[in-house]
Parts: sequence; C-alpha cells; structure tokens
Amino acid sequence: MRVTVIDYKAGNLTSVLKALRHLGAEAQVTDRDLAMVEAAERIVLPGVGHFAATSRLDATSLTPAIRAAIARGVPFLGICVGMQWLYAGSSEAPNQPGLAHFSESCARFSESSEKVPHVGWNSLEVRPGSRLLAGVEPGEFVYFTHSFKAPVTADTAAITHYIEPFASAVERDNVMGVQFHPEKSGATGLKILSNFLACNARGRS
Amino acid sequence: MITKRIIACLDVHDGRVVKGVQFVDIIDAGDPANQAARHARDGADEIVLLDITATHEGRATLLDTVRRTARELFVPFCVGGGIRSAGDAAQVFEAGADKVSVNSAALANPQLIDDIGRSFGAQAVVVAIDARRDPQAADPVRYAQVYVQGGRRPVGRTVVEWAREAESRGAGEILLTSMDSDGMRTGFDCELTAAVSQAVGIPVIASGGAGTVAHFVDVFSRGKADAALAASIFHFGVSSARSLKQELAAAGVSVRLPC
Repeated sequence: MRVTVIDYKAGNLTSVLKALRHLGAEAQVTDRDLAMVEAAERIVLPGVGHFAATSRLDATSLTPAIRAAIARGVPFLGICVGMQWLYAGSSEAPNQPGLAHFSESCARFSESSEKVPHVGWNSLEVRPGSRLLAGVEPGEFVYFTHSFKAPVTADTAAITHYIEPFASAVERDNVMGVQFHPEKSGATGLKILSNFLACNARGRS
Repeated sequence: MITKRIIACLDVHDGRVVKGVQFVDIIDAGDPANQAARHARDGADEIVLLDITATHEGRATLLDTVRRTARELFVPFCVGGGIRSAGDAAQVFEAGADKVSVNSAALANPQLIDDIGRSFGAQAVVVAIDARRDPQAADPVRYAQVYVQGGRRPVGRTVVEWAREAESRGAGEILLTSMDSDGMRTGFDCELTAAVSQAVGIPVIASGGAGTVAHFVDVFSRGKADAALAASIFHFGVSSARSLKQELAAAGVSVRLPC
C-alpha cells in the first residue's frame, strides 16, 4: 500500500510515518511533488500547529492535486489541522481558505472554565456506518491536543464532548478526518489507521 | 469525558534509566526503550524522558536513546533535558519525540518557547518548572520560587509569574515539579499545584512526591492537576499505571480504562 504523506511544514511527521510503516504501509513524504499525489493509493495530511501553515498547500499547488485525487476516489485522511483543512476555513486564520470539501468552518472552543487546549485522552461516540472507526467500541479513548474544532454535522463520524460536543471524526465516502492523533492513541489509534489503509477506494456517491 | 493522565517519567543518565531521591543517590533502573514500552503496555497515558545529564554531556547518546525509545511507542512521548535552541528541539522531534520540555534554557532565553512553538506548534512545547516554596514569604505558596540546576539555585522569579509568561509565549503545558517533595514519596505539593493550575489556562502536570494512590487522588482533586507524573512509584514493581488507574477510577477519578 503506497501512502503519500503531505508535509506542509506544520510540525513533526515522524510519529505518523512510524505508525503507518508499523502497519506495513509504504509511506512516502512530499512537500511539493505533484506526481506523488497523482500516484498515491492513499493520502494522509497530518498536522500539528497553526491553520495558517496550510497556505503552503496552495503555494505548492498541492491543493488542486489533492482535490483531483479525492475526486478520483483515492482515500484521504486528514489528522488534526489536516482534518480542519477539509472544511471551508478556521477562525484561527480567517484569511486562509480550507479545501471546503465540507462546507462548515472550524472555530475555537467557547470560553469556559475548562482549559484550552483540550489535551489528553477522551472518548468517542461513534456514529453507525463509519468505515474509519469500524470496531471502535464505546469507552475506547484517543489522544487529543487542539484548541480549534469542527462542528457536528451530518458528515460527523464521531462526537467527543469537551466544553461542547464537537466532531472528533468526519467521513464522507473516501474523505476522512480525525481531530485526535491516531498515531499516538495506542491500540485504538492503530486500529483506526489500519481501517483507513484497508478501506476500498470509492468515489463520491 | 476528558480523563486525568498518568504519565510515566524516565529520568535518564548516560542512556540508562535512573531515579534519584532529591537528585542524589542515583540507582540504575534499566534500559529506557524497554522501560517506556513496558509502561505503555501497563497503561501509562504518556511517557516523559528527562535526560538529567544532557546539560553537561553530549547529545548523541540522548538522540540515539530517543530514537530507540520512540520506535515502537504509540502514546505521546515527551523528551526534556539540554534543549537549548529550536535546532536542538528539531533534532529531538526528528528522532521521534512528540513534545519537548524546556526548563533552564527557557528561563535564560524565554524566546525559545516562542521559537519552538512557531515551528512545531504550541502543543509540542512543555515548560518544566522546578519549584520550591518560599518559607520566608508571607505566603510561601503564592511566592514559591523557580529553581535551576537540580533545585540548587533560585533564579529570583515566582513560579506563578513564570508559568503565566510561558503560557503567553505559547507553551502548551506546564510540568511543575515540587523540589521540596521530589523523591520523598510523601505526596505532591497540592497547594502549589492548585495555585499554578488556577493561574494559567493550559494543562498543568504535577510532579514530585508520588508515593501512594491517595497522593494521586489528592493532586487531581485538591491540586487541580490535569495530569500527574510518576517515576519511582512504577519502578521496582511497586505498581503499574493500570493498577494505579483502576484504584483512581474506584476513587471517582476519570481515567483512561481499559488501557
């Protein structure tokens, strides 16, 4: 399985690569090579850091290449900021558009007495029918570290509660995203990455 | 529901895990990669590796240790000790760490926090603070002092004020060690932990003094800690994170179980 991991210089890719390779994937990194996106059997967009860093995807023309790959049905997984990029944008960087595959926008957690960032292990309420989260049982935990989050919509694959309910996973056909870090979420995280590697390519229905 | 984290801490000296009692009487406790894997298997929510020699010695041993330790570790992994520049941090991230902890170098050059955060994200920067109560002060907790050099030298700043500056510069978490309690197994400094936790909006990891399950219950409730660090309690088969967390759950603390 050839997985192309997109590097847009927003933090550290080592953990994601390690987890994908541990699962037997042939993971390759690119920060500009459009041919590697065109040849990809899977695309992973990781990301820890600031939403503004995704501007690099536009500057390198990776954005249209990824959009085309998604249209061909190539399974795509965005992690953390990589998930947020699937939406129209984020209040973290209001002038930087996202892919807008999902029409809503991401926003910071509401003011409350709780701490922001949301850091630590939290649980998932998985909605039925998710291929990405198949086999994840109620009460399993995954690791989060973020201050911005996506809203709960019809495409939400899992809901997590912190300050307010938010989309901890999103999924529509071949396009998937997780707000948490599957590469840092122990056996549950590896199961989710393994589901991603195993899912069939499928175009938009 | 967000859970309280139990973080296993490996103090490493020359590539071996050690544990000091108030930073003296160092005892050999094994290979860092093996220890980290065992803690993760035994239910630890996160692993912290602190190189207590890095300030004085070369970095090659540490980077090799980080690389070996990270290889099969799929829980968050934080590395501290001797990180003096964003370039040092980059090497540690490249070797497989998810977070770095900075201490004396950040005190000497607070801009270091901004620099690492800008390149790797705020979530990747943990500011470690070694603290002692100030017994001379009217309020020894509120005026607790920041120390460096293993708790030997005060830097002339209060813990609360430094924690706030670290947060404003983009630190993702505070790792607060009570040098008064460290290695004593008499309990965390809950008053100090609560003072810092209430002063900042980022998570605070309590460290120093863990000896019993009741100490952890106390630091999560009275101390308002978001996570707690333990080293000696896990060594020498005293307990595992899993059994600790089972007892915490029974005491009403929300933890990641099963794990």
